[in-house]
Amino acid sequence: MGYPYSHDLEVNTLLSRHFGDEKARTLEGWKELGGYATLPRALEMEPGAITEVVKESGLRGRGGAGFPTGVKWSFMPQEPTGPHYLCCNADESEPGAFKDREILRWVPHLLIEGCLIAARAIRAEHVYIYVRGEFFPFSRIVTDAVVEAYEAGYVGENILGSGWNCDVTVHIGAGAYIAGEETGLMSSLMGGRAEPWIKPPFPAQAGVFGRPTTVNNVETLAAVPMIVAEGADWYRQWGTEKSPGTKLWCCSGHLVRPGTYELPMGIALKDVIYDVCGGAPNGKKIKAVIPGGSSTAMLTADELDCEGTYEGMAEAGSALGTASPIVMDEDTNIVRAMRRIAQFYAHESCGQCVQCREGTSWTAQLLHRIERGEGSLSDIDTLYHLCEQMTGRTICPLADSVVFPLRSSLDKFRDEYEALIRC
Amino acid sequence: MSDATNYVTLTIDAVEVKVEAGTTVLQAAEHAGIVVPHYCYHPGIPSRPAQCRMCLVEIEGQPKLQPSCVFPAQDGMVVYTTSETAETARKSVIEFLLLNHPLDCPICDAAGQCMLQDYAFETGQLRSRYAEAKLVLGRDRVADDILYFGDRCIVCTRCVRFMEELAGDNALVVAQRGHKAYIDTFPGKDLDNAFRGNIVDVCPVGALVHEDFVFKARAWDMDSSPGICPGCSTGCNIDINVKENQIVRTKPRLNPDVNSYWMCDHGRRHLVMANRGVRAEAPLIRVDGELEPASWNEALTWIAGRLEAGDGAAVVSGGAANESLFYMRGLLSELGIDGGTFRVLQGEEITLPGFPKLKLRADRAPNVTGAELHGFKRSDELADVPDGGVLIVLGDALADAPADYGANAGFFLCVGSHLYPAMVNATAILPMTSVLEMEGTFVNYEGRVQRFHQALRAPGVARPAWMSLSRLLEHRGVGEGVLDARAAFQTMAAGTTGMDNLSWSGLGLRGELLSEAGQPAVAVE
Repeated sequence: MGYPYSHDLEVNTLLSRHFGDEKARTLEGWKELGGYATLPRALEMEPGAITEVVKESGLRGRGGAGFPTGVKWSFMPQEPTGPHYLCCNADESEPGAFKDREILRWVPHLLIEGCLIAARAIRAEHVYIYVRGEFFPFSRIVTDAVVEAYEAGYVGENILGSGWNCDVTVHIGAGAYIAGEETGLMSSLMGGRAEPWIKPPFPAQAGVFGRPTTVNNVETLAAVPMIVAEGADWYRQWGTEKSPGTKLWCCSGHLVRPGTYELPMGIALKDVIYDVCGGAPNGKKIKAVIPGGSSTAMLTADELDCEGTYEGMAEAGSALGTASPIVMDEDTNIVRAMRRIAQFYAHESCGQCVQCREGTSWTAQLLHRIERGEGSLSDIDTLYHLCEQMTGRTICPLADSVVFPLRSSLDKFRDEYEALIRC
Repeated sequence: MSDATNYVTLTIDAVEVKVEAGTTVLQAAEHAGIVVPHYCYHPGIPSRPAQCRMCLVEIEGQPKLQPSCVFPAQDGMVVYTTSETAETARKSVIEFLLLNHPLDCPICDAAGQCMLQDYAFETGQLRSRYAEAKLVLGRDRVADDILYFGDRCIVCTRCVRFMEELAGDNALVVAQRGHKAYIDTFPGKDLDNAFRGNIVDVCPVGALVHEDFVFKARAWDMDSSPGICPGCSTGCNIDINVKENQIVRTKPRLNPDVNSYWMCDHGRRHLVMANRGVRAEAPLIRVDGELEPASWNEALTWIAGRLEAGDGAAVVSGGAANESLFYMRGLLSELGIDGGTFRVLQGEEITLPGFPKLKLRADRAPNVTGAELHGFKRSDELADVPDGGVLIVLGDALADAPADYGANAGFFLCVGSHLYPAMVNATAILPMTSVLEMEGTFVNYEGRVQRFHQALRAPGVARPAWMSLSRLLEHRGVGEGVLDARAAFQTMAAGTTGMDNLSWSGLGLRGELLSEAGQPAVAVE
C-alpha cells in the first residue's frame, strides 16, 4: 500500500480501507473491491426506508456541525413538486482539515455511490459535487470517476435498469473558504459570489435554483453505502450512543506522525495525539491543541483527556468540528498562531456582515500589533469586546469561527499576550 | 399564528401594534412609529440580504439578536429595539463602519442627510479605538456622471441590488471581498443604464454622488419642493432641490402609483437644463411697430381692447399646466376660435423592468393627456395661421418655429416663458412662469391629476398663464381674474369633464385619477 500514514492502534477501517490503493480509483478496480454493490439494493428500497436506516444509524454530519444526517434528509419534501438537488460539499477549506480530499482522491467511486443513494433518499435527480477550487488533481480524479460511472450506467438515465435517472455534476469552486458554508456553496454554485444567505429559507425549502436541496459533506456521503448495506446496528458497533461510527481525524502541527487516520468515535483526544500521532517531536511538551480545525476553541495540554465525540468535545469547551487537531508545542508563540488564524478569516470573510467584514480584519491587525510588541493592555479588552460583538451577530458563523480560538487563547494564554505587551 | 383576519399583534418597545401577518418586525415598528436603524434594507428593493446587521433587535425567546428587516412579526411577540444588547450591537456596528471611514463629513455631499452620520451621532462615539492605518480606496467613476468614493462606502449593496433587481442590468458588482470589498462595474461592462441615477438616491451615505452635483451644495443650504417631472408623460413625483434659485439636484419622491422610489436619468438632466434659456421677463406690446415693455394692467387692457373674434388659430404646449390650458380654452371660446393644436417631442421608450409602470415614455411632455382633455389636438405640424386672423400661442411651442411664423397674423398673442426667434412677429407677449416657477397640475399618461409646487422664483414680472389669461378674460368682461392656484384649479375642475370629482386639497401629494368620463382614450397598460 502506498498510503504513508499508519499507526499502532488496531482499528477496523471503513472509509480509509482502500486509501493508497491506486486500483480503487478505477471503476473496474473498485468493483473488484466490492464497490457499487449497495446501489442496486438501494434502488429497490423506498426513499423513506433509506432515510430511516441512516436515521437509525445515528450518522452525523461530518462537515463540522454534526447534525444528524437522516433527520436532515427527512426535512426534504416527501412529495416533490419539482426538482430536488443534492449538493456534496467537497469544498474542504478549514485550516487543519484534509480528510475529504483523501476520499476524493482515493475512493471517488465510494463517494459517487454514496451520492446516488442519498439522492435516491431525498428524491433528487441531480447531484452537484462542489469541489474546492484548489483541489486541481483531486477534482480531476473525481471527474474521471464520474465519467466512468456514466459509461457503466451507474449514473445517468435509467440507472441499472431501474427506470430512475440521476445526473452527477462536478462543479469546481473559485476558491473561497465561505463556499464551504452550505448557503455560500449554493450561492457560488448558482454563479454568484460565495455569499451565505440568511435562513429562512432553509435549503430543504428553497436551496439551489430555489428548489429543495440537501447539502452533505463528503465524509458523510461516503459512509452512506456501508450503512445501507450493513444496517444501522452494524454501524453503531463503533462510536458512542450519540456519535456512532468512525471518523477521519486529520492531525497536523507538532506531531511525530501527522496524518489522516480513521478512528472510532469516542476515542480520547489525548490518545489520538499521543498514541496515534506519537505526541510532539523532539521530546517537546505540547502547549495547546486546536481540536477541530482552526475555528474551534483551543485546549491546553491539561485539557486533552476528553472524549472525541461531538458532545464530548463540547463538554470540554471546544468542538469536534472536522476532527482536525492542530497541535502546538511549547515553543509556539500563541499570539502569532492566533494572528495567523485571524488573518486567514479576515482574508476569507465574504464582506457582507459588518461585524465580520471589519471585525476579522481589525482583530488580525490588533493581534499583529501585539505580536510586534506595540500593543497595550487595553488592546486585550478591545479583543474581548470584539469577541462579544462578533458572536451570533452575523448571517453565517465565520465571525464566530475566529472568536472561538481567540477567546480561548485570551482566557488560557493571557500571560503570553501580556508578556508581549510588557516586553 | 395569525387570527382569522390574518392580523398579528405584537409589542415593540412597550407599544402594542397590530399588523398584517407576514409583515417584518422592522415594518411593524414603523407602524408603531419606531424607527429601527438600517442600511441594506430599502423598501423599494425586493431583496433583503440582512447583511448590514444594523437593524438587529432583541426578541423575547430568541437566543440571538435578530435582523428585524427579515424577521416576521408574530402574534404575542415582544420586541426590544433599544435594549442594552441591541443598543450595544448597533453601537458596535457603527464603530466597525467607521474604522476605515475617512470622516470627511465637512466636504461630503451626503453630510446632513447621511444615515451613517446620523446614527454615529446618535450612538455618540467620539473616539475610535482603532489605532491602525486606515484602508484608503480613493475615488472612482462608476458611470459617466456618477462618482464613487470608496472610503465612504459601507458596502450595503443597495446600488448593486437596484441595478440587478430593478434595472435588470448587472453592470455593478461588489469587487474583492471582506474588508477590501468595494463597488465597481463588472469587468468589460459600462454603467450606462437609463435609470442609473437612482443608485445615488439609494446610497445611504456619500459614496455615490452625481458628478454635476459634487461639492455644489450642502444639504441644509438647499430648498426642496415637491414637483412633477416634466420630462415625459409618466409624471414622476420628484423633489426639486434648489440653491440660490438654481436647480442643483432632483430626487424621486415616493409615489407607489406612479414611480415608486425611482425616476429616470432623462428626467434628472431635463430639470437641470431648465435653468437655461433667454426668458421673457415683462409684458411686451407692439407700439408703432416696435415691441415695447408695458405694465401688466396696461398690456392686458391694450390686448383686451384689440383682440377681435373671428378667424384664428391656437398653438399650445403639452408642457403647460392644466389651469393655463383651461383659461386658454376660455379665451379661445370668447374669441370664437375652435380647436387648437400642440406638438409633442417623441423619444425612445425605456422601461424600468423591476417596476414596469415606470417608463421614460415616448411622449416627452408632462401634460399631453391634460391638453387633450381641454380639447387640444396632437399634431405633427405647427398650426397654419389664417392671413390676418388671430394667432394665440401658449407655452414653449415656438422653440423650433420658422422665424417668419405668425408674421401673417392680424393679431399674434404669445404667452410664453422663453423668447424664441418667431416671437419677433408677435403683437403682444405676456411673460409666463415656467412650470417650475408656479403651482398647478398635470394629467399623466393614465389620467392621474398631480399637483406640483413652486420650486423657483420667476424672473421679472412673469406670471402663471392661468393668472394672466383669466385676467385678460376679466378685462374682456368674462369672469374674474384668479390670483391663486387653488382658485384656478377649482374653477377648472368645476368646468371640465372628468375633473368634477377632484378637489385641490384632495389631490394631496399623490394625485387622483380623472373620473371615468375624463379617462384618456388610449388603454392604460
